[in-house]
Amino acid sequence: MLLLQVVVGGLLLGAIYALFSSGLTLIWGMMNVINFAHGEFVMLGMYVALLVVVWLGGGPAAFGTAAAIALFVLGVVVYAGLIRHVMRGPMLAQILSTFGLALLLRYTAFWIFSANFVSLPETSLSGTINLGGILLPVAQLVAGVVAIAFTIALHLLLTRTNIGSRLLAVSEDRSAAMLMGIRPDRMQALAWGLAGCAAGIAGALMATAYPWSPSVGETFGLIAFVVVAFGGFGSVPGALYAGLIIGLIQAVSAFWFGPIYKDIIVYSLFVALLWLRPQGLMGKA
Amino acid sequence: MKNVPTNWGVVVLGACLLVYPMIFSGAFYLDIGVTFLLAAISASAWNIVGGYAGQVSVGHSIFYGFGAYCPLLFYQLFGWPPMAGIPIGIALSIAVAILIGLPTFRLSGHYFSMATIAVAELIRIFTGTWDLVGAAIGLQGPAVARGWWDLTFRGELPYYYIFLVVLALLLFITWLMEQRRFGYYLRAIKTNERAARSLGVPVLQTKIKALALSAVFTSIAGSLYSIKTGFIDPESGFGILVSVQMVIIAALGGAGTLFGPVVGALILIPLQTATNTWFGGGGSGLTFILYGGIIVLIARFEPGGLFDLWDRIAPKRWRRGHAA
Repeated sequence: MLLLQVVVGGLLLGAIYALFSSGLTLIWGMMNVINFAHGEFVMLGMYVALLVVVWLGGGPAAFGTAAAIALFVLGVVVYAGLIRHVMRGPMLAQILSTFGLALLLRYTAFWIFSANFVSLPETSLSGTINLGGILLPVAQLVAGVVAIAFTIALHLLLTRTNIGSRLLAVSEDRSAAMLMGIRPDRMQALAWGLAGCAAGIAGALMATAYPWSPSVGETFGLIAFVVVAFGGFGSVPGALYAGLIIGLIQAVSAFWFGPIYKDIIVYSLFVALLWLRPQGLMGKA
Repeated sequence: MKNVPTNWGVVVLGACLLVYPMIFSGAFYLDIGVTFLLAAISASAWNIVGGYAGQVSVGHSIFYGFGAYCPLLFYQLFGWPPMAGIPIGIALSIAVAILIGLPTFRLSGHYFSMATIAVAELIRIFTGTWDLVGAAIGLQGPAVARGWWDLTFRGELPYYYIFLVVLALLLFITWLMEQRRFGYYLRAIKTNERAARSLGVPVLQTKIKALALSAVFTSIAGSLYSIKTGFIDPESGFGILVSVQMVIIAALGGAGTLFGPVVGALILIPLQTATNTWFGGGGSGLTFILYGGIIVLIARFEPGGLFDLWDRIAPKRWRRGHAA
């Protein structure tokens, strides 16, 4: 029963991993740019949630929306101010730009919020629920379910709507898309906004259920890489499956070997995957 | 002539570095000098794969850490002189370089960057939990030298000249590399990998050789650091700051240029010392913010670094000749 509880907890955490990783995979698949600061976006989403709760006394809906909007704006700003200028430049500039941004955001957060762990004050989601013998914090359950819902929503947005087709058109052939009257620049800005939005919502959800410090961004960033590498690049459903699997593996290995080893095991899997199947479990060669 | 990069600049730089400890003999200035040399060595080592080959490693602390741990580890385990650990660190670094390079160099450049950062983090966390290598506390070297071969000196002056010799050797090897076919291969790969391959450049092999060469000198830099300091822990060996510093110094001066990392270190190390002095204990966090800001600005405005900027704005006769 305890193991079952660990498994469910891992899957719920994995759902949040899936949500923020789908943002990373969207940008990667669309413009072949890696956002090394993606984990920091999630971390900022968590602090936005904290500030909204502490200063404005907002509930989950309010801080979730606030985090989504704030990170959408950040995503667009980062694209317009930085990525647009470096994405066709040398590899060094591409990688350094978001890597430097990650350091800047992470350590500015350290400076402002200090390195201490914080968690949200009591919200309407506090408490525990008993699901047929499995004890789960309500916040974790809600966060996991909402994360899955948003990941699926993002997938539907990309595959079933006009906006999604435009995004896909730009990612497949930039000049052909331009000839069809699509502005690649706007679409790419939108993609960065959506990616930021996914990270922001994931951060807000994460904040309801888990304590955090500014350093979580680094871990989340690496986890997002691992998830995307597992799920294949540009694939939101791939990110969903892979996110759930990684969450599960982490929870079970923390349960069996002790919490220190959960990251070691995930990173080792990543290295093994690079060796054995670099295109991802579900990706094509 | 382009073959001898700015003759007079090199002579003046070399002379300045040779006499620096005689002019600034205080412990504070000597320490800055030693830190500068070490930073220049590791950034120049990174430059071989990150600059010349254009394969951006953001986890070079892997090799630095191996180099830093081996001398002190074998001293603690068997009482070997720390120097004896240097070749073991080098061997380990080459092995790991090949292990990382073989799968990732076949793929696009992002994979290599990601793999380096993941492996570095993996090793850092692992080292922090493994008691044999001192876990989170770290390892210590000999407190008092048993002989000259322990390379444990009271003052920093001997280290200064040892580091200077290593830096000169590394720059000489890099310069040789620039002139040889290997250097041309690297530039071809960096400019257009597909075109290079179609012209018969052995791409994978060349990249791995560059990474291995870079790893060797990064490992030596790590060994020099730990032997000089007599102490190493996971953060100062495998920490992210170690990797970041190499990248930022090389990129600031000019990645893929012979003296770019030296110029970068000349600027960054005094700047870092100044921020640490001004902001006191809280300085380290601000150092990271500053680093992040500098990296973003370089990437956005001057991806070629200061050398590139110089070539655009300096009077014509002062510019560098363009390497092929």
